[in-house]
Amino acid sequence: MTIAEKILAAHAGKKSVSPKEIVDAKIDYVMVNDVTGLPAFEVFEEFDTTPILEKSVLIQDHYVPNKDVASAEQAKSMREFAKRYGIENHFDVGRGGVCHQIMIEEGFAAPGRLIVGADSHTCSYGALGALSTGIGSSEAASAMATGELWFRVPETQKFVVDGELGKYVMGKDIILHIIGDIGVSGSLYKSMEFYGSAIESLHLSDRITISNMAIEAGAKCGIIPPDDAVFEYLKNRVIGEYSPVYADADAGYEDTFEYDASEIAVLVATPHLPENVTPASEIDVQIDQAYLGSCTNGRIEDLRAAAAVLKGTGKSVHPDVRMIVVPASKSVFEQAMREGLIGIFMDADAYVAGPTCGACLGGYMGVLAEGERCVSSTNRNFIGRMGHPDSEVYLANPAVVAASAITGRITDPEDLLEG
Amino acid sequence: MEKYIKGRVWRFSENVDTDQIIPAIYLVTGDRQELAKHAFENVRPDFAKEVSDGDIIVAGPNFGSGSSREHAPRALLGAGIKCVIAPSFARIFYRNSINIGLPLVECDVDAADGDVLAIDFEDGKIVNTNTSAGYTFPSLPDFLVDLLDVGLIENTKRKLTRTG
Repeated sequence: MTIAEKILAAHAGKKSVSPKEIVDAKIDYVMVNDVTGLPAFEVFEEFDTTPILEKSVLIQDHYVPNKDVASAEQAKSMREFAKRYGIENHFDVGRGGVCHQIMIEEGFAAPGRLIVGADSHTCSYGALGALSTGIGSSEAASAMATGELWFRVPETQKFVVDGELGKYVMGKDIILHIIGDIGVSGSLYKSMEFYGSAIESLHLSDRITISNMAIEAGAKCGIIPPDDAVFEYLKNRVIGEYSPVYADADAGYEDTFEYDASEIAVLVATPHLPENVTPASEIDVQIDQAYLGSCTNGRIEDLRAAAAVLKGTGKSVHPDVRMIVVPASKSVFEQAMREGLIGIFMDADAYVAGPTCGACLGGYMGVLAEGERCVSSTNRNFIGRMGHPDSEVYLANPAVVAASAITGRITDPEDLLEG
Repeated sequence: MEKYIKGRVWRFSENVDTDQIIPAIYLVTGDRQELAKHAFENVRPDFAKEVSDGDIIVAGPNFGSGSSREHAPRALLGAGIKCVIAPSFARIFYRNSINIGLPLVECDVDAADGDVLAIDFEDGKIVNTNTSAGYTFPSLPDFLVDLLDVGLIENTKRKLTRTG
């Protein structure tokens, strides 16, 4: 069996499962955020029961600090739900950050676990060897009440990336390269499994970026076999015990895709689909905003990569560009302060804000006006995603975001620093 | 669930994402009618004004991609949409729709805005009454038929009664 099949079988109490089979499986955690929470809480009240406290996680991140009265009411409903039932896993403003970063930092995500979340980027925890996937609000309520959920066992595709990556190539470029190859529905309803020396050489942070964007290919999950990088990260962090799960030698893969890491360029996904990839060095597009943050690329390693470009050139953000930096969590923010990264950003005239999903989904704090363009370390460049329907988002890695912020045009950091 | 419906078509292309169905700025309520007021606002501003109860959406592949927001199928139900037909659906949108009672049909149908389709869910048949073209689609697994019929809320209540 593949990793997804094994995790589902174990949680459904079965010896084995096959693709397309529908199973009821016990979940380890169910997470909702402030946007998906409200509809879940309303549905939950119909069940006349109490939530399974140790499995329920509530995280305020999309529209907090509250952007208006409606979002304030929504966030309040989460606080009240947490209080009413005594849910301790409630991460409010000032104590948390972007939900997926918190699920990982706080030790909820771990190898072999089955985790669901009412947010499509829940697939991020595949980087730690978990089967984690996005669900809707009603089923989050159902999972909080029953501790289980129905799953259709996915077919699994194997992706092998071997070789050495270029200097400024990051996890973001690997996943954009794959999505560019297979398309935004290339993994529809499937499990992606990632292998190869290039994947093994990555920081956990870059692996999280890869798993995070599995949904952008339509996948149910994007799993990387856990290794020492994961076990080391989880020490003194993980809640409870965990057992790593690996695929059998004779696991059945629907398809195998192989890539040469040295051929992966520093990429940009142009509007309005993540599959529209092109090398950053080959496009010439003027930008108005550069956004560094999100569950995709808002970790300390991402901030370091961007700060290194700013520091390396000694230049400030272009006068016609607003650069916005949003660390994905309180602890990322604290670490960035300790390392002097916040100072580097502020000295370069970037705007630094506290953790929130904010502009990634056009919520607030960085929304684009008509005709404006943003180079962004986020995950989606859909029509109107970051604001006005006639604005544009170009997805790229954190180093490209910083390099572009300096020049005012989409720029490959190599051309800026070594050209 | 009704076994037979007839409705007017709203035609969409491929990869319609949930940000198009309901932009994120309106995700401050779960109310179907309230969400319906802003359905497709950025890409098809006439939709919310002109949609009527009983209409059908016909789209290209990968309908409902992107965010997990259940607000998307809720907005469509609030707008009176009775069925969405597309060659393929994004998985979270698919689950959400079945869970809250919006029937989805996986089928590649040739239809233009305003055409009238007749859908027979029991026999798995669709007829475009304007072109007389006919299509067939496979029935859902029994588990999903039951879920679509009773809804996830009722399904969960039954589960809680059994185990409680």
